[in-house]
Amino acid sequence: MIKLSINGSEYQLDVAPDTPLLWAIRDHAKLTGTKFGCGSALCGACTVHLDGQPIRSCSTPVSIAEGKNVTTIEGIGETKEGQVIQEVWDDVVQCGYCQSGQIMSAAALLKGNPNPSDTDIDNAMTGNVCRCNTYHRVRKGIHAAAKKLS
Amino acid sequence: MNEIRTINRRDFLKFGLAAGTGLALGFHIPAQASESTATTATANATFSPNAFLYINADNTVTVISKHLEMGQGAYTGLATIVAEELDAAWGQVKVVGAPADHKRYNNLFWGPAQGTGGSTAIANSWMQLRQAGAAARSMLVSAAAEQWKVPAAEITVQDGKVSHGDQSTTFGELIEAANKQAVPAEPKLKDPAQFRLIGKKLPRKDTNGKVNGTAQFTQDVQLPDMLTAVVKHPPLFGATVKSVDDTVARKIAGVEDVITIPSGVAVVAQDFWTAKKARDVLEIEWDDSKAFKLSTDDIFNQFSELLNGKGAVARDDGDAVAELEKAEQVITADYRFPYLAHAAMEPLNCVIHYRGDEAEVWNGEQMHTLDQAMVAGVFGLQPEKVTINMLYAGGSFGRRANTKSDYLVETAHIAKALKKQVPVKLVWTREDDMQAGWYRPANMHRLSATLDEDGMPKAWQHQLVGQSIIKGTPFEPAMIKNGVDHTSVEGANNLPYQIPNLYVDTRSPEFGIPVQWWRSVGSTHTAYSTETFIDELATKAGKDPVEYRLALLKDHPRHAAVLKLAAEKANWGSDVAEGKGRGVAVHESFKSYVAMVADVSVDGNSFKVDKVVIAVDCGVAVNPDIVKAQMEGGMGFGLAMILNSEITLDKGRVVQSNYHDYLVTRMSDMPDVEVHIVPSAEAPTGVGEPATPVIAPAVANALAAATGKRFYNLPVRQV
Repeated sequence: MIKLSINGSEYQLDVAPDTPLLWAIRDHAKLTGTKFGCGSALCGACTVHLDGQPIRSCSTPVSIAEGKNVTTIEGIGETKEGQVIQEVWDDVVQCGYCQSGQIMSAAALLKGNPNPSDTDIDNAMTGNVCRCNTYHRVRKGIHAAAKKLS
Repeated sequence: MNEIRTINRRDFLKFGLAAGTGLALGFHIPAQASESTATTATANATFSPNAFLYINADNTVTVISKHLEMGQGAYTGLATIVAEELDAAWGQVKVVGAPADHKRYNNLFWGPAQGTGGSTAIANSWMQLRQAGAAARSMLVSAAAEQWKVPAAEITVQDGKVSHGDQSTTFGELIEAANKQAVPAEPKLKDPAQFRLIGKKLPRKDTNGKVNGTAQFTQDVQLPDMLTAVVKHPPLFGATVKSVDDTVARKIAGVEDVITIPSGVAVVAQDFWTAKKARDVLEIEWDDSKAFKLSTDDIFNQFSELLNGKGAVARDDGDAVAELEKAEQVITADYRFPYLAHAAMEPLNCVIHYRGDEAEVWNGEQMHTLDQAMVAGVFGLQPEKVTINMLYAGGSFGRRANTKSDYLVETAHIAKALKKQVPVKLVWTREDDMQAGWYRPANMHRLSATLDEDGMPKAWQHQLVGQSIIKGTPFEPAMIKNGVDHTSVEGANNLPYQIPNLYVDTRSPEFGIPVQWWRSVGSTHTAYSTETFIDELATKAGKDPVEYRLALLKDHPRHAAVLKLAAEKANWGSDVAEGKGRGVAVHESFKSYVAMVADVSVDGNSFKVDKVVIAVDCGVAVNPDIVKAQMEGGMGFGLAMILNSEITLDKGRVVQSNYHDYLVTRMSDMPDVEVHIVPSAEAPTGVGEPATPVIAPAVANALAAATGKRFYNLPVRQV
């Protein structure tokens, strides 16, 4: 049994310690907003926060998350950055599959850098693949969220 | 929702459409709502005037989308058309996905088949949904007229409110009375000047769930007793299973079964990670005696030889061959295009619950009726015994419209072999997805031209070679004519430029690599070769690339208009700094016209696309912001063709496996982009695909302007 705290709730999950956090969250905690994209930390679709820091949950063993606070897309709206991003993200979304990861990366960026430049955004977000290529609007969305937060 | 009435076929209403297609507005509404969008149809009464919408007592209007929402905005666009003619308030409108039903939900451009593709969702639904919305509105008005005892002509409807003088009511309050009204045979459609929703930026209907994690993709389906399957596919195309040792795999706790199926060996387990761990310890011996074992270079060498021989003729105006033979100077170039993977963000997956005498499918469903028939075939059922739940797709770019229903058939074989009749979810890893084939076919083109004394093209010969997408599929009778697969030559055989001697032919060798349509299909390569070659001819003639094209587009005003608009908005002709380049391209695909001007910077061997200005003519822009989003996104998708995307083979093995070696456009590659829409009263055409083929030639032409070099092999990677 692995004990996890996800979005402030406690979970007891019957998974092997080497199970990636992603699959513990999706298949066992049944929180499916965090997406499986590549399985190798190459696309960012699985991004969650571990004690506030963005990590790729597909390549993080669940055992590492024990005793820490996991935040997923289902809980990011409770933070002020997450809430504002979700409010301004209307024009961004296309297929939506990568957007959980985009929002989690964007929330972490804005928390550490409340007024990012385009270069800051490119650097922080280039690990998040969007095959619909919503990048132009992700950039605009982050600027809009930054403005609203300030 | 069992209150919804069903009626007999004889009660169906036939509307005569301008295109001559009979439209049946059926009364039956599916009892099984899609999981894509939660429906709250809990009211006791429902007004369901036809197969495309129903209205509940809580005043919600639910539009039924026969098309897949895969990011392109179909749910929002289709709902806008219905809401417009219904005069509904946008806020009261919801959308659910339609089931498979060839009687009600066919793609009107595809004959007796339901599916989403070829940028047809809005275009084929335009009149159908306008009539569906107008019929419902007319019945609501009749109901109010009856209640208020006033002439129907005096009643107005706006933003979901039905009014007469001081009296006013909602759709929800009228549903009982509306149900008693006759369905109008020819509902009156709005004058486009009265459109209140079409042409406006309305919020998408799928945004909320996609920003808070609640949207349901196939990957997210959770059902009681559901198992997860992963499949070990053969390492070579065409190899088969010789023997399997699953002793170790079966000992892993949580593994339910290991099953040999036609496409490989499936491990079925309680969850994904268990299934994958067990797959990793399978010992499989493959029979590769009939497998495909060539490398990329072998394929291109064969293409090269084939180009020297004759092909099937796709266009022959004048006598281009003779003109080229007698010409003093012939300009010629060979182009190479690699295989490309779709690599949508959601790796392929599918859920099937086989119950013996019926089956239920959950899928990002792009080819309803074909998939239904193929899955039914595995189970030995009649197609109507297979229910399909259409969920959101996490991208597709054509991949989920597979001509052999490959991953659905794979799931069906697993479901059929299971001892317990429980739902099974097939999950492909990224590597499975990338290495399974069904690529945009590799191609070679040879372009040859000669110019007249004014520098204008006198003869143009375009020879193509690449695998046929259509051969051996159910689409062959309709889409291959005289040996020419339309999807191989589209964009080449309808070259818009006025050239007196124009010849196009194609060769379709067969290889064991499965190929498939990839966003914008044939235009992915034909737009590149034609638009870079015409640019090269303009340079040779010493003429401005925009003026040169315009001189050849006199009979194609819509091409010319987007080209002029893009050039004007990009300040074409203004100075370009040292180390920078500006290039242009224009192309029509799926009846939409797109021109792009790209600005690039070159630094040593590397280059970056700084800015792209796009002009599009897609007829009426139902939702201009979604049109813009598709232009931006389609452009970014196509940009990877010139930057970095490529699938190669080494003795039959696919070399690339994940996003580290199959490179795609990322945030840092994305240029600034602006989109301009040509105002139009023409019927709407599609926008999902037409931006994709235009960017690579625009960038290549910009690179040529900056470096003086022409680029004939994609991806370019370095200048």
